[in-house]
Amino acid sequence: MILEPRFKTDVAGLPSFKFGPSSLTWWGILGYMVIEGAAFALTFAAYFFLMSHEAGWPPEGRRAPDILAGTLFTIVILASEIPNTAIKKAARKGDVAAIRSLMPVMVVVGVILMIIRGFEFNSLNCLWTDNAYGSIIWALLFLHTVHILTDWFDTIVLWALIRTPLAYEGRRQVDVDENSLYWRYVWLLWIPIYLMIYWVPRL
Amino acid sequence: MLWGAFIMNIAPDVGWTAYVPLSGPQFSPGHRADIWAQMITFTEVSALAAAVVLVATILKARAPGMTLARMPLFAWAMLVTAVMIMFAITAVALCSSMLISDRMIGTAFFNASEHGDALLWQHIFWFFGHPEVYIIFIPATGFVSQIIETFCRRPVFGHSVVVLALTSTGILAFGLWVHHMFATGLPRVGYSFYTAASMSVSVPTGLQIFCWLATIWDGRPRFEVPMLYVVAFIFTFVIGGLTGVMIAAVPLDLQLHDTYFIVAHLHYVLIGGAVFPLLGAITYWFPKVTGRMLDQILGKIGFWLVFLGFQITFFPMHWMGLLGMPRRVYTYPPGLGLELPNQLSTIGSFVLGAGVVLFVVNLAFSLYKGAVAGPNPWGAASLEWLTSSPPPVYNFEHIPVVESDTPLWDVEGAIPVVSGLRVDDKEMLLTTVMEAIPDLREPVPEPSLWPFIAAIATGIVFVCSIFSPWSIPVGAIPIAIALTAWFWPKTMKRFAEPVIS
Repeated sequence: MILEPRFKTDVAGLPSFKFGPSSLTWWGILGYMVIEGAAFALTFAAYFFLMSHEAGWPPEGRRAPDILAGTLFTIVILASEIPNTAIKKAARKGDVAAIRSLMPVMVVVGVILMIIRGFEFNSLNCLWTDNAYGSIIWALLFLHTVHILTDWFDTIVLWALIRTPLAYEGRRQVDVDENSLYWRYVWLLWIPIYLMIYWVPRL
Repeated sequence: MLWGAFIMNIAPDVGWTAYVPLSGPQFSPGHRADIWAQMITFTEVSALAAAVVLVATILKARAPGMTLARMPLFAWAMLVTAVMIMFAITAVALCSSMLISDRMIGTAFFNASEHGDALLWQHIFWFFGHPEVYIIFIPATGFVSQIIETFCRRPVFGHSVVVLALTSTGILAFGLWVHHMFATGLPRVGYSFYTAASMSVSVPTGLQIFCWLATIWDGRPRFEVPMLYVVAFIFTFVIGGLTGVMIAAVPLDLQLHDTYFIVAHLHYVLIGGAVFPLLGAITYWFPKVTGRMLDQILGKIGFWLVFLGFQITFFPMHWMGLLGMPRRVYTYPPGLGLELPNQLSTIGSFVLGAGVVLFVVNLAFSLYKGAVAGPNPWGAASLEWLTSSPPPVYNFEHIPVVESDTPLWDVEGAIPVVSGLRVDDKEMLLTTVMEAIPDLREPVPEPSLWPFIAAIATGIVFVCSIFSPWSIPVGAIPIAIALTAWFWPKTMKRFAEPVIS
C-alpha cells in the first residue's frame, strides 16, 4: 500500500450468512433466472412470430394437443408450492429436522411430474419434424422439461447434503432457501407455456 | 476450434451472420455451419456465466462506502455490459441452437416449405447482433472515463449523467435491431419506428461525449499516450456516430445498404469506439498489471501510425460507398473513379498494420526493459492504484473504505481501512447493493480442481455436439458430476474463530 492504513470500520461482528438479497448466490441465481427468462421470452416471441404468418394454428388442419396430461401436470406443479413453501420457511428458521422430512416430498413430486411429462409429449399430436409449429411447441416443452430435470437433480443433491451434519451450517440452509426460490421460478414459467401449448391453438 | 478449422479447411463458410437458408441443412451440407453454431453457443455459455459473476460481484463485493453513486464509471460500464450480455447473448445461443436442431434433428424453424420462416433467424440474430455492438462499445466508454479522469485531474463532469446515458444506451440497444433488416421489406410503421429508435440512441451517446469534452475543458489535460487514444476516440467515434444517424434514415439506408459506406461507418464506430480506447486502456493499465511502464516514444509513434493509418484506410470508403462500390467484394471495374480511394485504403491499411505491430513490439520490449512503475505512476484517483504494481494475489493488505468519488485524491495521510476479518482463514467482505454498507463475512471456498474439470467436460460436450445430438444428454452426466463435486462442501472440520481481546 502506498498509504498507511487507518483502521476505521470494524466488521468482526458481521454474520457469515444471510438469506435473500444479502446472499451472493441469491444474485447468481437471479442472474440465471434473467438469462433463462430471456431465452423463454424469445422462444415465446418466435412462437407468436410463426403463428402470425399462419391462417390456422395449428397449421394444416392438425389437431391441437390433448389437454388432459398438461392440465394434470399444471395442477401437480402448482400444488407442489405447498411443500416448497414449507421447506423455504423451515430453511429460514434453521429447522433442520423439518427440512430433512420435507425434501423427499419434493424429490417424489419431481418424479411424478416427469412421468406426467412423458404423457404430455405423447399427447402433442405432432412431432418436432412435422413443421415449424411442431418444432416450436416441442421446443417449449423440451426447454421446460430441462428445468424440471435440473431442479429435480439439484433437489436430490441438496437432500443428500442435508442428511449430513453439514445441514447445521447456516450457509447450507441458504442453499435450501434458494433452491426453493428457483422452484417457484420453474412453476411460474410453466403457466405461460401451458397456455401457449394447450390453449392458444384452441382459440 | 474456429482457427483450427480454418487451417484444416473445414471452417464455417456462411458469413458472420450465418443467415438461413444459406446456413440451413439444404444449402450447407457437412459440418461447417455446425462448427459455427456450436462454437458460438459454447463461447456464449461462458460469456453468460461471466456476466452473472460480474453482476453479482459489482453489486455485492464493492469496498465499503463505495455507494452506487460513487462507483467508478468503468465498473458502471461493466455492469451495464454484463446485464446486456444476459439478454443479447441468450438470443444468439437460442437461434444457433434452433439452427443446429434444424440441421441435425429435423426441426423446421427456418424451413419455409414447412411453415418456418427465414426472417425469424434475422430477427433473433439481430436482437443479439445490434446490442452486441454496444456490448463492445460500452466497456470502452468505461476505459475512456477512467483515462479522462486521471489525465485531466478532475472527476468526470456529470457522473450521474454518464451513468444514465450508459444505462439508457443499454436499454435502447434492444429496441433497434430491425434497422439491420431495412432491406428485407417491413411494414411502413416499422420503418418509421426503427428509424426513430436508431436515431434516438445518438442522444445518450452525445450526452456522454459532451460530458467528456467538459471534463477535458475544465481539467488540466496531459496528453500522454492513453489520453491521445482518448482524443482519437472522440474524433473518430463522432464521425462514425454522424454517419450512423445518416443511415438510420431508410431511404439513404436502402441506397447505401451493402456498400463500402457501411464498412466505413462500422469501422469508425467499432475501431474508433472500441479499439482506440482499448489500446489506450492497455497502455494505461499495463503498469498495474506488469509493474513496468510502456515506452512513451514507441507508444507515441505507434499511436500516430494507428490513428493516421486508420483514417487513410477507412475515410475513402465513405466516398467509395457513395460511388456504389459493394462491400465484401475486393475487385471493381476500372474507370469508375474507384482506383484512387482503393489505393489510399491499401496504403492506409499497411500504415495501420505497422502501428499495431509497433504497439505489440512495445508490449514485448517494455515487459522486460520498461521503467519500473511504482503503485500509482499516473497519479490516478481510483483504488486499484493503491496497491503495488503488479498487485499481490490478495490485492490489498487491508480492504480500503471509500469516502469520496476520487478516494486517492481526497485522503490525507492515511487511508481508512476495514478491520475485523479473520486472519486464519480466507474470508470475503460482502456489502449492501446500494449503499455498500458491510453486510456479511462470506467464507471463501477452498481451492478446487472441479471447476476446471467441469469446464473441460463442457468443452468436450460442445465439440462432440457438432457431430451428434446424443452428445448433449450423454455429456450432461459428467458435467452434472463435476458441478455436484464442485458444489459439495469439502471440509467437515470447522474450527472456532479465535477471539483476540
